[in-house]
Amino acid sequence: MRVLRPMNAEEALTLYAEHPSALPMAGGTDLMVAFNGGRLNGREVLDLSALKEWTDIEFLPDRARIGALCTHARIESHPGVLKRLPLLAQACASVGAIQIRNRGTLGGNLANASPAGDSFPALAVYEAQVVAVSAQGGRTIPIRELFAGVKKTTLQPGELIAGVEVPLFKREPQRAVFRKVGSRRAQTISKAVAAGLLWVRAGKVEELRFALGSVAPTVRRAAKIEEFLRGRALSESVVEQSCAMLEEEISPIDDVRSTRAYRLGVCRGILRALLSSGQKG
Amino acid sequence: MNKVSFTVNGKKRDYRGEPFKRLLDVLREDFRLTGVKEGCGEGECGACTVLLDGKPVNACIIAVCQVQGRAVETVESLGTPTRLHALQKAFLEEGGAQCGICTPGMLLAAAAHLREGGKTDEDSIRAALGGNLCRCTGYQHIVRSVQKAAELLRPRGRDCGARAAKSPRSARSSGRGKRDRS
Repeated sequence: MRVLRPMNAEEALTLYAEHPSALPMAGGTDLMVAFNGGRLNGREVLDLSALKEWTDIEFLPDRARIGALCTHARIESHPGVLKRLPLLAQACASVGAIQIRNRGTLGGNLANASPAGDSFPALAVYEAQVVAVSAQGGRTIPIRELFAGVKKTTLQPGELIAGVEVPLFKREPQRAVFRKVGSRRAQTISKAVAAGLLWVRAGKVEELRFALGSVAPTVRRAAKIEEFLRGRALSESVVEQSCAMLEEEISPIDDVRSTRAYRLGVCRGILRALLSSGQKG
Repeated sequence: MNKVSFTVNGKKRDYRGEPFKRLLDVLREDFRLTGVKEGCGEGECGACTVLLDGKPVNACIIAVCQVQGRAVETVESLGTPTRLHALQKAFLEEGGAQCGICTPGMLLAAAAHLREGGKTDEDSIRAALGGNLCRCTGYQHIVRSVQKAAELLRPRGRDCGARAAKSPRSARSSGRGKRDRS
C-alpha cells in the first residue's frame, strides 16, 4: 500500500496523471472497508484529505456549486441547501449514520457509483452537472451521463470530480419528495431510494421529474412517465397508468436486501403519493 | 510522509509508521488508548467511535494519514474514575452499560450530540446514536442515560466535555480544569 498525499488540487491532478491506476480517496468510508478486507493489497491510494479546494458550498444567482470534498453532514445542514435544494439535504441526511456522514463526501459518493448511492436520485431530478478535472483541463458531465454501470463511471483516466453544479429553479416546484426505504433508518443500504419534483399549472402537470435508485444498475429517471404526464390532469386513472408504467422504467432485482416485487411496489407507492392530490411535498 | 502529527485528547502526538494504519490501531497499539474498541471493523457498529475535530467518526475506517493536523478525542478524555463526566455517571446510574464494548462509542456519540445542543427527546437521541450498535440491546437504558446526563448538565450549566468552550451552556461553566489523562 503506497499513499500519495497531495497538498492541493494542482498537485493532486499532477500526481493522478503520473499514477492513473491510483485509487482516489476522499472520506474513505467505502475504500477503507475494502482495505480492511484485504482487497486493496498493493494498490496506490491518492489521499485527497489534505486539499483545501473542493470543500466549499457556494450559491450563485442561477446555480449552486458544491465541492466534491463536502461531507454529507455539511451538505445536509447547509442553510442554502436546506432552502433551495431540500431533496439533496434530505438525501445526504439519509446516508449511513452520523459517523459516516461526517467523513463521506458527495464526490466520493459519485465516484463510487454504487447503484444504491443515496444522493443520486436527488442530483438526477435537480439535473446536476458533475465537474470533472484533470491535469489537461476540465469539463462538465450531466449527471445522467456520469454512471456507466454498477460501480462504473465515465470519468477518464486522470480525471477527478471537483464538485457538482446544480441549476436553481426560477419557479419552485409545487410538490417534492425524497424517500429512502431500507430495513432500518440508520446505516442501511437502500432497497429503493427516490426523489421527485412536480410542477403543476392550472390543474395540469407542467413538469414531473422522478428518479429512482437501487432498482437498476444506475440511477434512473422515469423518462416515459415524465413525458406521459406532461400537460395532463392528475386524475386517478392517469396516476394509476403512470404507476403501471414504472415497470418499463426500472429493472429491480431480487438480492440480499430485497426483492424485485417489493421494490416495484415501493416505487409505485412513492410515485402515487407524489402524484396524488392532497399530498404535500 | 511516514510521520503524522495530530493531537489526541489535547496533547500533541507524533505517529511514525505505516501511513495507512487504521486510526483505531494507532490509538490502541501505539498510544495505548484502549478505550476505543473494535467491533465490526467496517464502519457499521460505532464501537470505535472517536471525535475528530469534535465530530463523531469511526476510527476503524480512517487511515492515520488522514488525521494529520487534526484533533482526536477518545473516551479517555471524557472523565476520570474520580471525576466522571455526566454521561458516565448517568450510564452507571441508569444501567446504560452492560457488557461495555459499545459504551465508549455511545458515550462519545452522545457527548458530541449534547455538546452541539442536540435535542434530548427519545427520537433525537436514538437518531444521534443510530450509528452505534449495542448487542446487549440495552437501548432503552442507554437513551435514558443520555437523557439523565442532559439533565445533570442542564441546571448547573456545567460543560459537556473537554472542548466545549464555544457552547452557550459551557459559557457558564465553573471550569473544571484540564482533564486530559492521555
